[in-house]
Amino acid sequence: MAKSSTRRLRDEASEQRLTQNRFQFLIVVVVMALFALGGRFAYLQLGAHEQYAARADENRIRLRALPPNRGLILDRQGRVLAENRPAYRLVVVPERTRGLSETIDQLSTLIPISESERERFEVQRRRSRPFESVILKSSLSEDEVARLAIERHHIDGVEIEPYLQRHYPYGDALAHVVGYVGRIDQRDLERLDPDRYRAATHVGKTGIERHFEARLHGYPGLERVETNAQGRVLRLLERRPPQPGKDLTLTIDIELQRSAIEILGDQAGAIVMLDIDTGESLALVSHPGFDPNAFVHGIAQEDYNALLGNPSRPLFNRFLFGGYEPGSTIKPFLALAGLEYGLITPETRIFSSGSYRLPGHDREYRDWRREGHGWVDLELALAESANVYFYQLAVELGIDRISRELALFGFGRETGLDLPGEGQGVLPTRSWKRARFGQPWYPGETVITGIGQGFTVVTPLQLAHATAALAGRGWTAAPSLVGPGEQVRMVAHDDWIWEAVFLGMAAVTHGPTGTARGVADLVETRIAGKTGTAQVFGRSDDIEDADQREQDELPVHLRNHALFIGFAPLDAPTIALSVVVEHGGGGASVAAPVAAELIARAQALGY
Amino acid sequence: MLLLLVALMGIGLLVLYSATENDMGTVWRQVVRLGVGIVAMVVLAQLPPNLLRQWAPWVYAAAVGLLIAVAVIGVGEGAQRWLDLGVIRFQPSEAMKLALPVMVAALLAQRPLPPSTADLLICLALIAVPVALIQSQPDLGTSILVGLSGLCILFLAGLRWRVIVGLGGLALAALPVLWYAMHDYQRNRVLTFLDPERDPLGAGWNIIQSKIAVGSGGLGGKGWTQGSQSHLEFLPEPQTDFIFAVLAEEFGFIGVVLVLCLYGLIILRGFHLASRCRDSFGRLLAGSMMFMFFVYLIVNVGMVSGLLPVVGVPLPLISYGGTSAATLLAGLGLVMGLHSRRRFMG
Repeated sequence: MAKSSTRRLRDEASEQRLTQNRFQFLIVVVVMALFALGGRFAYLQLGAHEQYAARADENRIRLRALPPNRGLILDRQGRVLAENRPAYRLVVVPERTRGLSETIDQLSTLIPISESERERFEVQRRRSRPFESVILKSSLSEDEVARLAIERHHIDGVEIEPYLQRHYPYGDALAHVVGYVGRIDQRDLERLDPDRYRAATHVGKTGIERHFEARLHGYPGLERVETNAQGRVLRLLERRPPQPGKDLTLTIDIELQRSAIEILGDQAGAIVMLDIDTGESLALVSHPGFDPNAFVHGIAQEDYNALLGNPSRPLFNRFLFGGYEPGSTIKPFLALAGLEYGLITPETRIFSSGSYRLPGHDREYRDWRREGHGWVDLELALAESANVYFYQLAVELGIDRISRELALFGFGRETGLDLPGEGQGVLPTRSWKRARFGQPWYPGETVITGIGQGFTVVTPLQLAHATAALAGRGWTAAPSLVGPGEQVRMVAHDDWIWEAVFLGMAAVTHGPTGTARGVADLVETRIAGKTGTAQVFGRSDDIEDADQREQDELPVHLRNHALFIGFAPLDAPTIALSVVVEHGGGGASVAAPVAAELIARAQALGY
Repeated sequence: MLLLLVALMGIGLLVLYSATENDMGTVWRQVVRLGVGIVAMVVLAQLPPNLLRQWAPWVYAAAVGLLIAVAVIGVGEGAQRWLDLGVIRFQPSEAMKLALPVMVAALLAQRPLPPSTADLLICLALIAVPVALIQSQPDLGTSILVGLSGLCILFLAGLRWRVIVGLGGLALAALPVLWYAMHDYQRNRVLTFLDPERDPLGAGWNIIQSKIAVGSGGLGGKGWTQGSQSHLEFLPEPQTDFIFAVLAEEFGFIGVVLVLCLYGLIILRGFHLASRCRDSFGRLLAGSMMFMFFVYLIVNVGMVSGLLPVVGVPLPLISYGGTSAATLLAGLGLVMGLHSRRRFMG
């Protein structure tokens, strides 16, 4: 087509035809496009409808677990030992913040946020989805709540959330009995049922809280809620309420427990007081204790290190795990065996010269009183804790009969108290020694077993339990923290045998030469007991109760442990106890007054 | 035609009521806007086409001037798209949607068709200037739409197929250049379109949630104001760009087909009217207006159903917002005016 400088002639008809063709083309395009769109919607809405409908429901419906309220722990009088207190915590929804680390920095200008809190937050955050709230700081003080409440509106993605926090109103007085709950950690996650702990943040870590976790925890509830895209709950679709944990009443009398601690004062030690008939634990003291509340929302590392490094070991449960030589507190049990096997009678008299030699041996086993006790019968031997009498008796019994008698009273095995991980102590036998040391039993070891030294190790709990069995003439129940146990006959002896030993134990506190004479004045009823001293510093045989002056000169951590076992009232015993005062020196001068005073308090409370 | 439009707008208001959480205030504001649009439509329908032809260069020049003004003193969050005139905020790129087709149609109508190479180059230049200005705001969607409205006229004017194929090839070749010239957020949208699950809570959220809304609607829908996706804030922009997803969720496939049919009828009717204009100015301009109406529909519905990338194009006459509805109605007014006056054309 040649181009001309003039305009080409317009051909109206052909132009219209041309445009017309193009319109037809466009119409085809439009119709095809609309059908394509229709096809697309047919695919989405008809073909893939179910899949998308499911995703829409997934979008809007969320399951929320509701934590159950933990059961309360009460003492035998109904006083609350562990409760759930309303508290406030600071939570952060990472998705809604304007920069997570900036937000936390901003918050830390308002309230102190420790390094460990930040770390814990970071761990938790990585495990949860961005729209889920993560705890930054628990148990906010009123002051902190107030400061946050003012500033919160300028900080996005931050909320103050109410919750229930476990609280132990009696603090360190019961830390070793009730224990504490703590944050669920990796190890807990492995053993806990994930369904039951869905909404839970805490679990029982030690003590009653741990042992009765299943009863205290309850069952979580469930909410099906409709949420919007921000995760805010709009509508409750279905709710299954949580089933709260059951309350637990302990046999402990908190008033008595606190009295025991008060009487111990600043001395480290353990006290166990049991009801003889039922095995109920009225007081279980391991002193010093620690504040369990510090563990509930995570104890700071430096505070924990301070507890660990404390020389009086506040974290150590003495009544449950503490292994002590029984010392002379073992003597009444040997006396029972001696009477049972007819090796002695109450009237048998032995001359105590101040030392004892095994026939054919040079080694001298000394009495705590250098000049000896002269002629002593059983009553006097117990009252004055005459070593020679029991050296000789032990040798006559032999280790097998000694072990048998001690085993009947429960030594060397768990008593079955409702607390996790009880200590067993050591009940020495021939086979035990062979297994432990690969050596035979030597006669000299029998001699010192007679005064509770050598291999024998007992826990304060075992000692109290054995004392209860003794006081009950062989009948008592296993120690319990949650109600009366069933009475069983642990040991069978004739009444005259029990009475002979009771007579000697009464003379300890009431006799004119008893090692614990004088403490009886503290108690209105007659009491029976036996003092003991467990050696810390390695002397073999010449320690006893009256040797206090020498003990006073030793540094505290080398002084002997003072022990006392006892029961009251003498004529119809109801309570039995054991007292260990660590590094107290002598049982007579230190442990016996503690025991007597506590018995007096218990009787004042009606036990 | 008017009946079809009213039916469509009626359905639109119904959906808008649901999408605004039953807010009659918003619905009334939209009614007022549509009213203003209809008035504009009627007024433009009375405009003598010759006058329009004569004013074309001035209107075009004014629109370009406004676009330059936007670049210098414009306002907007992220992108500068608005001119603040004190009383109203005004988006000059909308005016260009009318001004450019008018200009190109006026130019081509003076020459014999199909256009010569020189005319073609002039037209391409006329198209390129506003497209570049709008893209620099940045507003990729509008710049493509404005460009298409001009190119459509060239097509209707009888541009030879081999030129079309050549230009198409050129456009394809230019894609990598375009990619390079795009802003980061625009590249992101394209990537997200290609794979929405790449970032399901971020950039892919809109497409995924929109498809869930559409798909969960099923055959009959969840019922008016019962859509969980739109009412629980999962669906983004339920009143504007994604209003079609609200419709699809609440009225299902049946509602979608009904509305698509309404659109189809309006477009086909529009093409029919356009093709019957007496002079080529009318045919070209009216055809372009109807084509753009169609393009809006395809781009928006394609986006909602996940066929096309997320581009901020409203659904014609249904999405909430004044400017777009006014432009479209004005364009339809031009179509009607051009058609009704054909008999007076020499």
